[in-house]
Amino acid sequence: MSKKNLLNSKDIEIILHRLACQLIENHNDFSNTVLIGLQPRGSFLANRLADLLKNEYQVKNLQLGLLDITFYRDDFRRRDAPLAATATKIDFLIEGKNVVIIDDVLFSGRSIRAALTAMQAYGRPENIELLVLIDRRFSRHLPIQPNYRGRQVDAINEEKVLVTWKETHKKDAVYIEFK
Amino acid sequence: MSELSVEHLLGIKYLKQTDIDLIFKTADHFKEVINRPIKKVPSLRDITIANLFFENSTRTKLSFELAEKRLSADVINFSASQSSVKKGETLIDTVNNILAMKVDIVVMRHASVGAGVFLSKHVDAKIVNAGDGTHEHPTQALLDSYSIREKLGSVKGKKILIVGDILHSRVALSNIFALQLQGAEVKVCGPTTLIPKYISSLGVTVETNLKKALEWCDVANVLRVQHERMDIKYFPSTREYTQLFGINQEILDNLDKKIVIMHPGPINRGVEITSDVADSNQSIILDQVENGVAVRMAVIYLLAQQVKR
Repeated sequence: MSKKNLLNSKDIEIILHRLACQLIENHNDFSNTVLIGLQPRGSFLANRLADLLKNEYQVKNLQLGLLDITFYRDDFRRRDAPLAATATKIDFLIEGKNVVIIDDVLFSGRSIRAALTAMQAYGRPENIELLVLIDRRFSRHLPIQPNYRGRQVDAINEEKVLVTWKETHKKDAVYIEFK
Repeated sequence: MSELSVEHLLGIKYLKQTDIDLIFKTADHFKEVINRPIKKVPSLRDITIANLFFENSTRTKLSFELAEKRLSADVINFSASQSSVKKGETLIDTVNNILAMKVDIVVMRHASVGAGVFLSKHVDAKIVNAGDGTHEHPTQALLDSYSIREKLGSVKGKKILIVGDILHSRVALSNIFALQLQGAEVKVCGPTTLIPKYISSLGVTVETNLKKALEWCDVANVLRVQHERMDIKYFPSTREYTQLFGINQEILDNLDKKIVIMHPGPINRGVEITSDVADSNQSIILDQVENGVAVRMAVIYLLAQQVKR
């Protein structure tokens, strides 16, 4: 297996700043907006964006939740390996809020569908947007598209897009893995 | 690990430490789910579960039913008192008739020891033992350990006392297996007539003086006096039992530490435990009931994962 570096830590930093600015453009002071990171992998991106918004762009009262979608997935009992859940940490209601779902890679769109279902347990949001770092084109199984994307990538199904974060892998990077 | 090592939950003695860890970890997530505004997840939408209760039960049956419904499973209930069992139908026939309606998981309580094991060998469904006679009641032991873990941080190294009718108690036996598997020390206390003869072979110590036993322990799990299972007189009178083995606030106040009080229910108030103790802040009896739903959701979810499509 070989891999190609798609984004390095500098690229990712620039993209994160751009995404933060795009969010501010649409959501002003975030008084009626909440960010929801999808566990486990989307939570790194969500935490990073939230830190950036708070520290670099002086957004106060930013609400960030982490949502686990394991129990809402549509492939329960259809996979070889069992699914392991992670924790959900949402200590607010999303009733009437503008929600931005945050995940690292958008592939089939099924995780996002599960997240949309899972969020119903926390109220009826005013509207929902989707932010992803990597948008894989031509791979969607469902009619779901991002509102904010870091980078669009054309990768065939056998290839895998791998995002690493300095919190877990010592450096920020995005790779494409080939068989 | 994210899969159980067993195909059915028949008793704690068939489980490994890693299974218990996995069940507790999964139960943590479900505990968060049942404290949400909307307490339901769609995981088990295409799973059908039959609750077969050949023996009376209120809280276990409700707890299982609620756990199944919170996972979005289809649930059918069956009580022996309103069924053809009274007309002489055998257990296998009854269950096979129910399975013919395409049931994936059977939750069963039965008065005979080993009913769950027997069933698991003869029918094609996942079996969850919800109590078989005086043998095992695995989900109760799991929720008891889970509640201890929640209250004290861990079960390992803790001193747990089980007080009361050990002889007739499936809760006691399952608890002994579960606690020892997790590295706790277990002592039992009760009238010698109600302590099984071979209890020491399980590595459990016996203490007949309640005060000494309470001084030793971190947690006291108080069991109900099971009048319905006593075919002969095991102690002279209920009043004498209460005097020797009943737990009241005065005994607890005289200890030099604050121990945790548990009871699997139903409580005979004023017999094995007084009302002020049962309702005190030392008691985690209602936490046990809440945790029961989360633990049962975890068990059913993990078994359902293995159901073939």
